[in-house]
Amino acid sequence: MMTESKEIKLIDEEGRRVDGRRPDELRPIRIEAGVLEKSDGSAYIEVGRTKIFAAVFGPREVHPKHLELPDRAVLNCRYHMASFSVDERKPLGMTRREIELSKVLREALETVVFLEEFPRTMIDVFVEVIQADGGTRTAGITAASLALADAGIPMSDLIAATAVGKVAGTLVLDINDIEDKYGEADMPVAMTPRRNSIVLLQLNGRMTSEELKKALEMASQGIKKIYQLQIEALKKRYSVVSLEE
Amino acid sequence: MSLSTKSPKTSPIKIMQNRIYELLKQGKRIDGRAPHEVRPVSISTSVIEKADGSAMVSMGGTKILTGIKVETGTPYSDRPNEGVFTVNAELLPLASASFEPGPPDERAVELARIVDRCIRESRAIDLEKLVITEGEKVYMLYIDIYVLDYDGNYFDPAVLSAVAALATCKIPRYEMRNGKLERVEGESMKTPIRTIPVSVMIGVIQDRLLVDPSPMEERALDTSVILGYDSDSNIVSIQKNTPGLLSLNMMEQIIELGSKKAEELRSILVEAVGLGS
Repeated sequence: MMTESKEIKLIDEEGRRVDGRRPDELRPIRIEAGVLEKSDGSAYIEVGRTKIFAAVFGPREVHPKHLELPDRAVLNCRYHMASFSVDERKPLGMTRREIELSKVLREALETVVFLEEFPRTMIDVFVEVIQADGGTRTAGITAASLALADAGIPMSDLIAATAVGKVAGTLVLDINDIEDKYGEADMPVAMTPRRNSIVLLQLNGRMTSEELKKALEMASQGIKKIYQLQIEALKKRYSVVSLEE
Repeated sequence: MSLSTKSPKTSPIKIMQNRIYELLKQGKRIDGRAPHEVRPVSISTSVIEKADGSAMVSMGGTKILTGIKVETGTPYSDRPNEGVFTVNAELLPLASASFEPGPPDERAVELARIVDRCIRESRAIDLEKLVITEGEKVYMLYIDIYVLDYDGNYFDPAVLSAVAALATCKIPRYEMRNGKLERVEGESMKTPIRTIPVSVMIGVIQDRLLVDPSPMEERALDTSVILGYDSDSNIVSIQKNTPGLLSLNMMEQIIELGSKKAEELRSILVEAVGLGS
């Protein structure tokens, strides 16, 4: 995000991006609910080449015990990347980036989960990035909220998310890794579509006030589409198709 | 692991929130400030002789000390013609009863990364001027931030102190002589600064905004956002740093308020460190 693109052409003469998309086009997205056996709820998401599993355990006993809260559940969230998920092997253990993202993901989820329904319990949310090609925190939270729903945990809404970037002076939806590396800005946004409100917002890179407002509008349009895919994934998992008469 | 720590919005906090909200509607705050008024800022630089750059900043009762140590080292392989800087932050146990000794927790990590982003994304430091030999030797700036006293909003004074320390930092000069890196005794250079980034923390209670929250206000806020601005009023970083809903409409108001407040803080900073912006 610090150097302007020197060799790579991020937007071509026809206004297409490095992977052929138009500025307001999402990557192909695949979302599935209930993909892991042992967890109470789980989800898998692919956004282009980004691939992420999310799993939820709980409400269950609080561990360690002293973290217990008398009037609500404790939400624990871990965003983690596999060592092989990135170009250069990521060292084992939590990096500062992963610690920060775990925090912002948790705070976004806390906004929609009815934690007060489960006092003295803990809900664990694990997000495992198995391949990273940009937009991992936004895809991660999209999967995490679906996993929470799959676990049957009451929530005010699902959370859907995407990032808007600025590359070669153009605002683009759902940026990939190359656009993030060589572009001028990356703004991850997560929203609760029913309230049309932001629950996660970050920005790395320069934008004017006007660009920022436009970028938020673009994000909210993309988020609505992702939300539909989440709902379809839930329906696919839970609607019963009877083969008998 | 990231655990929820903030207390729920149950009765005592709800009562406080109502009180703060009622006051905001009258244009007032509990400590007598106007809603969009920051607490008094004082900045003193070069307070630590052993550091290459340092600054003590207080914003109301919050006190932050930043020290910079400069070393030499090899650049990152993907950026051979750039110097390196890193930002670290610690919430010292002497700053608050709620801070504990030990490695930086998620709050400290977040603080460090917010300050880092604000400086990095605004391209405040001209890193290409921190190269001794391309691809081999560069200056490395270690910017270490210590929260000494926590009285709400440690983000904005942390950015102020980091930038003040950078702007007044004297980088000891090194030279390659006969293939060896040697210190040029008695010589130093100023940090090459291109723009003066500042951050503004803005809190939301229902349909009202306030800046530079006190600890009590921080607990009562619906949500809060920290925005970084460069000298040309571009937004260079954002972090929504607490749970809660934020409408698009409120976000638009936050962007406008932030840029006004950023200018105010920048002029205080420029005056304190004697920078022509």
